[in-house]
Amino acid sequence: MTTNKPGAVLTALPRMHPGVLRLMHWTNAVAMIVMILSGWKIYNDDVLFGILHFPDDIVLGIWAQHALQWHFFGMWILVVNGLAYLVYGLASGRFRRLLIPLSPREVLQQVIDALRFRLAHADLLHYNAVQKTLYIGIILIGILQVISGIAIWKPVQFSFLIALFYNFQGARLVHFIGMSAIVLFLLVHVTLALLVPKTLVAMLSGGPRIEPR
Amino acid sequence: MSVRRPPTSRFRPPVVPDRSILTEHRAVIRAISRRQLLRGVLSLGGLSMLTGCNVSDRSSVQRVLRSVSGFNDAVQGWLFDPNKLAPTYAASQIVKPPRFNAYYDVEDVNPIDISSWKLELAGLIQDRRPWSIEQIYALPEQEEIIKHICVEGWDYIGQWSGPRLKDFLVRVGADLTAKYVEFHGNDDYMESIDMASALHPQTILATKYAGEPIGVPYGYPLRLRTAVKLGYKNPKWIRAIVVTNTYNVGFWEKQGFNWFAGL
Repeated sequence: MTTNKPGAVLTALPRMHPGVLRLMHWTNAVAMIVMILSGWKIYNDDVLFGILHFPDDIVLGIWAQHALQWHFFGMWILVVNGLAYLVYGLASGRFRRLLIPLSPREVLQQVIDALRFRLAHADLLHYNAVQKTLYIGIILIGILQVISGIAIWKPVQFSFLIALFYNFQGARLVHFIGMSAIVLFLLVHVTLALLVPKTLVAMLSGGPRIEPR
Repeated sequence: MSVRRPPTSRFRPPVVPDRSILTEHRAVIRAISRRQLLRGVLSLGGLSMLTGCNVSDRSSVQRVLRSVSGFNDAVQGWLFDPNKLAPTYAASQIVKPPRFNAYYDVEDVNPIDISSWKLELAGLIQDRRPWSIEQIYALPEQEEIIKHICVEGWDYIGQWSGPRLKDFLVRVGADLTAKYVEFHGNDDYMESIDMASALHPQTILATKYAGEPIGVPYGYPLRLRTAVKLGYKNPKWIRAIVVTNTYNVGFWEKQGFNWFAGL
């Protein structure tokens, strides 16, 4: 077998979404959904907002104990996978390449463009300012969910975390708001991925190969 | 007609379905392309399959989830700092009366007849003579204004007093190297805690709430109050304490709740 074929150099170029990143993306997708759906069932046992209950048909877990089992199983996948993603993003230069620089003026302009359905997304390899904002935002909210989650899980051992959220109920409220933000992000993210299917295909097959700079 | 062949796997049915089914449904089968299937799996519709009502009840799933729960017990034991004190609160924050909670309604509480009540001791304890409530009242008391946090998510601040469990265990000559301390309630309620949490300075055998004997619905005459465990680890109406190295499954653990339940 020879490596000197024409095109060998081209196939050796990394794809936009390398295999390890795609694996982490879909692992996170499953873990997030487990966390959200089981979290809804746990929430139902003591609601923060009187009128808001999540219907039993859309939650994970028949009783609260099953939802808790799922939640405290999913958390390991979410945290281990999330840490791997952060280390990878920082070490590989992916965050630097895709998420910065980000100028507030650009964000504002593109939000307006987006609302007029004129947002540029022709180039898969470059995220526009709205994408950058959403992706940076969802990473930060993910971190906030882990911190507020640990505070709720261990309010005595990590009482300093509870203090960040005022008190135990404050931590629950922040955890709920973080969940809501993630669900909103998911709706936008999935809708846009379906509207621009090549982005979805790229997250499955790897997408275009990137030229070295 | 059916085709019979030797089963290759224990899970393969010995009789395979009639081949005519395949012929009749060939068009449908052809219509299921891989791409469509993939799209279907990725759609939110596919994700909603995860929510199937009985997913978490299937015994194989339960086995996995319960073993993760056991792993989480170990992690919590490792995270537990025996010297870390839970936050305490001001007298003005005490909720009166305390919040009632049991697996049955308050009308169904079976009050303890104090004239015949004795605290029984069993297991790895040298002096297993039963205790009357007067003897327990005579022990030095500790008062604590701490938060009760329920696994459901609610919490309230209460003022509890009674002898420290550690002092009591030392006094009766309990084996402090044993793994578990069990509390048996007047009902069929039993919950056990780890010895490290039992010896924590904020774990008491509570006899009073807000300076008065605990009301009947809240555990009269004796209940556990520990600041380092979720609410369900604070049994009410205690009639027996057992020190043991054998893990016995408690009331809520039987139903799938986590054993350690540390805060």
